[in-house]
Amino acid sequence: MSVNITFLVITGVLLATGFYLVLERTLTRVLLGIMLLGNGVNLLILTAGGRKGAAPLFKPDLPADQYSDPLPQALILTAIVITFAVTAFLLAMIYRSWTLTSADVLADDTEDIKVSQSTAYDEEEDSPVAEDTTEFVDEEGRPIREGEE
Amino acid sequence: MLIILSALFATALLCPLLFRVLKRNAFYVVATVPAAGFIWLLTKLPAVLASDQSLASGAPNAPPSIRIDWIPGLNIGLNFRMDTLSATILLLILGVGALVLFYCARYFKNDDPQIGGFAAKMVAFAGAMTGLVTADDVIIMFIFWEITSVLSYLLIGFSQALITARRSAMNALIITTFGGLVMLAGILMLGTKAGSYQLSEIIAASGELVALGTYTDVAVALIIVGALSKSALVPFHFWLPGAMAAPTPVSAYLHAAAMVKAGVYLIARLAPGFAETGLWVPMTVGIGLLTMLIGGFRALKQYDLKLILAFGTVSQLGFIIAVFGLGTPDAAFAALALTLAHGLFKATLFLSVGIIDHNTGTRDIRKLTGLRHAMPILTTAAGIAAASMAGLPLLLGFVAKEAVYESALHLDTGWGPYALIGMVLGAALTMAYSLRFFFGAFGVKKYKVDPLVCKPPTLIFLTPLLVLSTLTLVFGLFPYPVELLSKHWSALQGGAPDMHLAAFAGFNAALGLSAISVGLGLFFYWIRRRTDTGAPLRRMVTSAEELYRMSVNVLDMAAIWITGRTQRGSLSFYLGVILSVVLVLPLGIALAVETPWPTNWVIADHPAQLIIGAIIIAGCVIAIAAPKRFMAVLMVSVTGYGMVAIFALQGAPDLALTQLLVETIVLVSFVLALRALPKRLWVGLTRIKWGRAILAIALSIMVVYIAIAMMAARGQAPISLEWPELAYYEGFGKNVVNVALVDMRVWDTFGEITVLAAAATGVASLIFAGRGFGRRVRAHQVAPGSIDSGSEAMGSQAEKEVELRIARRFAASSNQDWLMAGNTLVAERRSIIFEVVTRLMFHSVLIMSVYTLLAGHNTPGGGFAGGLIAGLALTIRYLAGGRIELSESMRIAPGMLIGGGIALAGLSGIMPLFAGDEIFTTYAWEFWLPVFGEHKFVTSTIFDIGVYLVVLGLVQDVLRSLGSEIDLLSEGRSPIEQHDPIQASQTGVGR
Repeated sequence: MSVNITFLVITGVLLATGFYLVLERTLTRVLLGIMLLGNGVNLLILTAGGRKGAAPLFKPDLPADQYSDPLPQALILTAIVITFAVTAFLLAMIYRSWTLTSADVLADDTEDIKVSQSTAYDEEEDSPVAEDTTEFVDEEGRPIREGEE
Repeated sequence: MLIILSALFATALLCPLLFRVLKRNAFYVVATVPAAGFIWLLTKLPAVLASDQSLASGAPNAPPSIRIDWIPGLNIGLNFRMDTLSATILLLILGVGALVLFYCARYFKNDDPQIGGFAAKMVAFAGAMTGLVTADDVIIMFIFWEITSVLSYLLIGFSQALITARRSAMNALIITTFGGLVMLAGILMLGTKAGSYQLSEIIAASGELVALGTYTDVAVALIIVGALSKSALVPFHFWLPGAMAAPTPVSAYLHAAAMVKAGVYLIARLAPGFAETGLWVPMTVGIGLLTMLIGGFRALKQYDLKLILAFGTVSQLGFIIAVFGLGTPDAAFAALALTLAHGLFKATLFLSVGIIDHNTGTRDIRKLTGLRHAMPILTTAAGIAAASMAGLPLLLGFVAKEAVYESALHLDTGWGPYALIGMVLGAALTMAYSLRFFFGAFGVKKYKVDPLVCKPPTLIFLTPLLVLSTLTLVFGLFPYPVELLSKHWSALQGGAPDMHLAAFAGFNAALGLSAISVGLGLFFYWIRRRTDTGAPLRRMVTSAEELYRMSVNVLDMAAIWITGRTQRGSLSFYLGVILSVVLVLPLGIALAVETPWPTNWVIADHPAQLIIGAIIIAGCVIAIAAPKRFMAVLMVSVTGYGMVAIFALQGAPDLALTQLLVETIVLVSFVLALRALPKRLWVGLTRIKWGRAILAIALSIMVVYIAIAMMAARGQAPISLEWPELAYYEGFGKNVVNVALVDMRVWDTFGEITVLAAAATGVASLIFAGRGFGRRVRAHQVAPGSIDSGSEAMGSQAEKEVELRIARRFAASSNQDWLMAGNTLVAERRSIIFEVVTRLMFHSVLIMSVYTLLAGHNTPGGGFAGGLIAGLALTIRYLAGGRIELSESMRIAPGMLIGGGIALAGLSGIMPLFAGDEIFTTYAWEFWLPVFGEHKFVTSTIFDIGVYLVVLGLVQDVLRSLGSEIDLLSEGRSPIEQHDPIQASQTGVGR
């Protein structure tokens, strides 16, 4: 099996630019990065899958190793359609994020930041409580004497 | 045994219903269940006492037992066994349980809505304890053990609104389950070595186990940790006073008479076999006596009656465990009697505190005075119990304590005398806090307090206390029944048959010790009285509870620190971390091991690949640096179309076709979705960030490097060599890739179309965002020229006027209906050429899509390509005629298409099952049709039709959401900042 240098170079560039864009904070560029990564990985599968040959359409007299490998092709076909679905989903997300925040960036998660800035003090666990010496209190905490009822 | 067990749990289930009907009097009904169990147990006692406890279950004259296989593979069975120890503790559980439930009927308010659930938990608890002490299988015992922990948690937290209740419940749960888990480890260690999980067999095999040395020492120590945590010994003791947040009947039952006895039970159970192990004596006798002293001392400091009793319980549990821990037959004899005595007097005392709290509204001894006169019967009953606790003569507590002293006096070990001193000191403290309790509750105070006026409790409320204190008195005078049980149990350890419990055994050493402890106790009480100012005492040392809180806080801080360092909230940061790991790990491994390297390099398979490569690379680079958004999008598309060319040259026509279609639809989707976003959002994005660039380049080099090594390492023939033949002869199709998708790898495809469905749903949900899809709008319902799909900047005002005039002229001449809803658009949105072309092409494109679908089995194509082509046809209709045209051209909702497609695909898989074949079996029929000629129908085509429908539905959903709905949202109120200044009147709306 020969190793196609052109394909490897194309794959490398697609992946490098894809990774670069995915690391950005702008959602649209992240999406473009995902698409480039998708193309790069598809090409990688095709390259690694091996031999180039006749289209995998069965001809009774053609030996099996004369076809191009159908297995990576089936994988890639699935991947292409899935990438379309993911792209559509992310596009919808970008639009939604735009209508909500008028921005196209991955905002930092405020809840996460809140957690990282919290202290070990927990109201439920650590707040001081008064000792009480009866269970028979009304809603305002005044003792009630059941024996007097 | 199983009947009691099931009856108790079944009653628990019925409780909520019962209480809705009978209110609090239902407690009387519920109490009969454990009472019946108690009576049944009494009838069984002769058989238990006649049996030989050393025999294996099932042997003649062995204790009654039940074996039911449950998980034979793991050697776990529902095995139960009733020997004397089990029976004795069970008497306490059922007897005290029945009385406490009886008591509850007057303790709670009639209209308390929570008592149904409360009673259910109490009864279930009795069931769990029954299971715990009778289980012979240690795993089953552990399960019941944990159930009691959970029920205890629920019962302590009964007053959910109170923070003290919630916090105490949580503390108790954490500590007892911690102990439980440690115990489980010990149990598994012992069970593995013993080759059995039967408690009786493990004890029988203790000889060999103890001979293993350290292994068994550690295993037993782990189990003891479980017992200590459950029975609230130092350093776990603090959860028990906290548990006093529970209603007092719960304290009386769980935290005095029953649950805390589980630890005692376990120690008692193991003592006959494992008292010889290395850590046994320090952990049981040592910690037990320490606990006895600490508990007694802390009890003297309390002002809350319940807390005096709680620390007293801690102290007494330490005492009982220490005595069982001595490990001699005498000690077992005495300890069992002590356990019974404690159960009787402690339950009485808690119940009396409950009555005091109930009738006076306080448990604070600084506020109570003169109850002796107000409640004489209660005073008597509680007095007997307190005297028994203090170890005063004629009562069961005294009798048991005498036996304990007797057994400790006969210890022939070096530490025996120290243990004895500890016990006497502990007993003195017990005497002191017993006095503090009794006079605190019932005495008339010297210092001035408001006399509490209260009614005496009713007789029925007092009944359980009277029963319990009568038993304390009767067994104190006639201890023979207790002696029977104790003697039989100690016989297992070789106890002599002539051991006796006696109300008065003559003037001996034990009596002398009792006298010393009573005298010392009076002295302690006198000191405490003299120093008592009524103010809480200062802590001298850090309490275990504070240490526990501190360690929990340290844990919290560590968690926050780690979370704060790793969960920074920035997705880019997370991705950077993930990708760095992805870079370093595989690369490190690839460099560390020897990797094969290929020798047969070629520049390219075909010269055209070089040109395509150059175009793709240029597309990538420009995509990064593009100053405008759509330029970047277009460049990414260029790389996609480049892929199409590569696929076509590489012998992958299916891929080329699919990618071509997808690329086109994606481009349209991009334009539709991003048209609203203003230009300024793209400003400044093209500056190169070198850190990211270096990471990205390194990653891609790593991936390519590993791919090269992978290709060189390939040594086996690919499995796909068989695929062409398989596809043709088994799948009845010539297109190998298509047959792979719909037949050989059909499950993958089935999974994929469900992903497509999920994505389509996601798109629609994000855009419609809960507004609902509304009814399908028909063309005739819309005024012609009324639909203006948003507005964007079109240059200067003058240019706009000109453009508009021209556009309107065309609109006027195009009243011919080329499309169904073409005339609903405003004039400047219409294109006559586009409308005509759409009219001409739509149906032929649709027919082509169906052809691609059906012919795909033998030639390039199939469900995916066919569905995408049909989707393109829809896209053209939408672009030419707007959103009304889209809804006119597709009358079926995308959800129906997607759901129908998945259903059809699933059905095609299920149908062969009815013919007795495997799922997704493919059949073929040959037939002849006029005009079309000879044909073959392959059933996997049905699956492909499903795929077609799903893909079409997805495209339709994208168009409807990103197209129509965004149109609708932007009509009139565009989200674009730069509004088109042309007014509605000028654009011809309503013309």
